[in-house]
Amino acid sequence: MIFSFDLLFEAVLFGVLLGCFYAAVSIGLSVSFGLLDVPHVAHPAIMVFGSYCAYIVAGWGLDPILAGLVLMPAFFVLGVLIYRFYYETFERRGSEAGVRGLAFFFGLAFIIEVGLILVFGVDQRTVQAPYIGSSLALGDYRLPYRMLVAFGVALVLTAALTLYFSKTFTGRAIKAVAQDEPALRLMGANPVRIKQWAFGIATGVSALAGAMLIIIGPVEPAMDRVYIGRTFCVVVLAGLGSMTGTLAAGLILGIAESIVLMLFGASWAPAVAFGLLLLVLGIRPQGIFGR
Amino acid sequence: MKFWISAAALALFALGLALSPVNEYFFYVSYRVLTFVVLATAWNILGGYAGYVNFGTPAFFGVGAYTAVVLFQWLKAPLAAQIAGGALIGGLLGFGVGMLTLRLRGIFFAIATVAVIFITETLMINWRYVGGATGLQLLRPEVMAPFENYIRMLFVVMAWMGIAAVAVARYVQDSWIGRGLRAVRDSEEAAEASGVPTLKLKLFACTVMGALMGAAGAPMPMYLSFIEPASTFNLDYTIGALGSAIIGGMSHWLGPIIGALLLGTLQQIITVTISGEVNVLVVGVLLVLFVVVAPGGILGLFRKWLPFSR
Repeated sequence: MIFSFDLLFEAVLFGVLLGCFYAAVSIGLSVSFGLLDVPHVAHPAIMVFGSYCAYIVAGWGLDPILAGLVLMPAFFVLGVLIYRFYYETFERRGSEAGVRGLAFFFGLAFIIEVGLILVFGVDQRTVQAPYIGSSLALGDYRLPYRMLVAFGVALVLTAALTLYFSKTFTGRAIKAVAQDEPALRLMGANPVRIKQWAFGIATGVSALAGAMLIIIGPVEPAMDRVYIGRTFCVVVLAGLGSMTGTLAAGLILGIAESIVLMLFGASWAPAVAFGLLLLVLGIRPQGIFGR
Repeated sequence: MKFWISAAALALFALGLALSPVNEYFFYVSYRVLTFVVLATAWNILGGYAGYVNFGTPAFFGVGAYTAVVLFQWLKAPLAAQIAGGALIGGLLGFGVGMLTLRLRGIFFAIATVAVIFITETLMINWRYVGGATGLQLLRPEVMAPFENYIRMLFVVMAWMGIAAVAVARYVQDSWIGRGLRAVRDSEEAAEASGVPTLKLKLFACTVMGALMGAAGAPMPMYLSFIEPASTFNLDYTIGALGSAIIGGMSHWLGPIIGALLLGTLQQIITVTISGEVNVLVVGVLLVLFVVVAPGGILGLFRKWLPFSR
């Protein structure tokens, strides 16, 4: 393997695109786990489920990104239902952070994964779109259009959510729940309704993230496993619940993974996110941008 | 005393069974079920008593299996040494992961254990000496005297290991360690404030859990005469161990045994009659069902009729 500045530059460039994509797939978890404190280990599984839904909708002739957008309301409702169920069975009884809440979401992830295997089989699935397969030549560098599309959508998504949480009334209410739930209750607001709204948003965003997942590469049912590492790595590294932090953490992971990919090859890449996650938990568990 | 007599009787029964002319397939299947008894019992020491969820069962199990492979390849070490080695490395891994993340909230520990699976798997995939991604064929040594073949011997080994694991879990549960761990589970702040050495207890539980899981993994390469990362570090072990403990009931050492025997047998039946995927689906559905409807597990359902409380 020959090391050169050119290769490094290409790896960093690719890493930036990949990193924005990682931020986009993690931002839902940043809301559900970061802000709402729900141990949502099924987040990547729901995202992969979103990929398969986008695959079906795109099969009707729709653009995959558009398919993701169309699916968002349905996923919003799904998220509200999941949170409602979680709240009634665990949070209200005061056992949310313990073994049962985690086991519930882990079981849910398994059911989704195996359900997808039973319906679609273990084969990889892809979608068709004009921007998939070709790439933009930029001097000596070639940037695949599908990565650029994911990059653009990721940026828009992050910007939209950042604005939503800082400018709108509901967005601020969600942040308020995250900061001090009892205080909100004392003010006469209903934290459960705000939280189920927020969880709906987090799940709705997963539909779009799933669409991007199937745009940047083939998708298979067991894919959620490695994304447990990537999404939690980004959210913890960001500092729980920070939207801009999520983007920065995504970039760090993307660049790190891309450089490892270049230096050591594909077999080491999945360990990068998990290694980084352990490192952050061991050294600075509040994350880079955490309080 | 009653416990020890029944334990000894069970150990002798397992030995007698292995020397009897029972069908080979029985031992082949029972070994798997017994593995889950050890894994679920080990999982419950940290998960059930202290309330810290370990998703990393395959990491500890796999590290034990690969330790055995290295010892076998390098020194031609006998099975007992392989198991001791697996337990040692599994325990060290448990201690290390515990040191790193047991200070944090339970969810962070849970996520860290997922990370450990993927990191250990990646290391093994890239380590040529133990076969890398394609795996390694292993030649079983000659079987020892009273046994007819290796699988029968491994069945007895795993049965004894199960009894030993349960004895350890029972000791932890009934001693001051178990009381401390339960205090951690109910309220960590209150426990710390009243002088319970919470971190030390959690570290101890995590180390014992790792060691037992590592020991359970050690005979696996000999059982299969083969080792390969993808199936060794499979998340099915996670859901098997955690599912058995939760479905059986986490508050007593009897729970994981009941859960593992039930779930393990069910899994074997479904895998043979329907498919491997459906079998994982059934475990997932049962797990969610129990967590939601019967949080006390099977033990909780029958608590009224049981002679012991908690």
